[in-house]
Amino acid sequence: MSKILEGLKYSESHEWVKVEGNVAVIGVSDYAQKEMGDITYVDLPEEGDDVLAGEEFGALESVKAASDLISPVSGTVVAVNAELEDTPEKVNEDAYAAWIIKVEMSLPAQVDALMDAAAYKAHIGE
Amino acid sequence: MSDIQIPLDQLQKTCLYHAHVALQAKMSPFAGFMMPIQYSNITQEHLAVRQHVGMFDVSHMGEIFVKGPQAESFINYIFTNDIRGYEPGKVLYGMMCYPDGGTVDDLLVYREYLADHFLLVVNAANIDKDFAWIQEQAKAFDVKLDNASPRIGQIAVQGPEAEKTVIEVLGYKEAADLAFYTFCDVEYNGERLILSRTGYTGEDGFELYTTPENIVEIWDRLLKAGVEPCGLGCRDTLRFEAGLPLYGDELSPEISPVMAGLGMFCKYEKDFIGKEALLDQKAGNLARKLVGIELEDSAIPRAGYPVELEDGTEVGVVTTGYHSISLDKSICFALVDKAYAALDTPLWVHIRKKVFPGKVVKKRFYQTNYKK
Repeated sequence: MSKILEGLKYSESHEWVKVEGNVAVIGVSDYAQKEMGDITYVDLPEEGDDVLAGEEFGALESVKAASDLISPVSGTVVAVNAELEDTPEKVNEDAYAAWIIKVEMSLPAQVDALMDAAAYKAHIGE
Repeated sequence: MSDIQIPLDQLQKTCLYHAHVALQAKMSPFAGFMMPIQYSNITQEHLAVRQHVGMFDVSHMGEIFVKGPQAESFINYIFTNDIRGYEPGKVLYGMMCYPDGGTVDDLLVYREYLADHFLLVVNAANIDKDFAWIQEQAKAFDVKLDNASPRIGQIAVQGPEAEKTVIEVLGYKEAADLAFYTFCDVEYNGERLILSRTGYTGEDGFELYTTPENIVEIWDRLLKAGVEPCGLGCRDTLRFEAGLPLYGDELSPEISPVMAGLGMFCKYEKDFIGKEALLDQKAGNLARKLVGIELEDSAIPRAGYPVELEDGTEVGVVTTGYHSISLDKSICFALVDKAYAALDTPLWVHIRKKVFPGKVVKKRFYQTNYKK
């Protein structure tokens, strides 16, 4: 069983979003980290980069494969979790503590289209 | 790895399919078979083979027996390496090529203890293609061919503790006397078992060929003895670190043994299919060569990513790449224009939106540990 946190929003491509005012904190779900296995590299954008909802902003790499990170919202990257560059395994250890980027949202209403915990649970079939 | 699109219900299963499901392996289609990719995780299984011992279900591999008065001359005609002078019990690696030098397959040739008997072990994805090719070439020779692939299962036991495992768990004391790339015939439940000191990991190890029923029993005994079951995921990371090619990635109808840097397995003192083309390539008439590239960063170069010069000119493509588990470096095989194939040549790999600098290094990234 994968851990799903109440109070977060989830995308179909398994990113989670925590809304803090006008900022979206973005990471990947516990389900996603389990599916990927040992994460060995995190490809991060830079502060100041613009991201678009539904578009790729970086990638997680496991031994076997690369998985694109898809932004659930549009806006500007205001922080990246640079700690993950040296310790990508933190995503495996606790996917909800290991946030990846923070985005200043240009269209905060985009969050409403994301799934809540119950809907995400149904989405992954658990 | 090669991606072959076959509907799920048409995939074949090896004799160990149920053993994999019982172990809750992550299963995936490979070479037309439903195969285990990993049981625990790739890193753990990789390290088990490097440090102790692991086992692989390689029952999907193809076995073709060739016998007859002209078996030796026939094989030497379709095989790049030269089997003349090799005694019974020896195994030889090489390729079969098309007349243009492109690779039909890479394979092992076993010279059996019976005169004029040989065993060819070929890649799973190529069994049908290879057998058809061999049959076609055999018309002019007095040989009998038998594609025994469905009747033979195979387990690879690999790692520094492989010899101890084969002796202590399975009772084959003969293992101690086998040098790398030799084999002997033993029995299991009264049936033939080929005990071969070969492998595809860069470590010492054995490959055991016998009936599917025996394979199921042997797997179970090895598992109970604590041997780590290893999937195709780490089989690929292990062979890659050891500089070994995978057909479909580093060898193909478009990639000849000479382009892949495997010229040492082509012997030109005899006639064989593809010889003229390979000699021509060897003399310098080839566009691309396979190289190793080591990146400065830990971003991971994957198959298909472009290889570039500093100014962005594309000069090649990655064929296999990983963040090496044993070496903790990002490395890849790439097919590049021959002008950029020399050691230490600076090259860049385009990974998604970024470009990462690296340089050409030797393809054998990991120091292999074979028993001489």
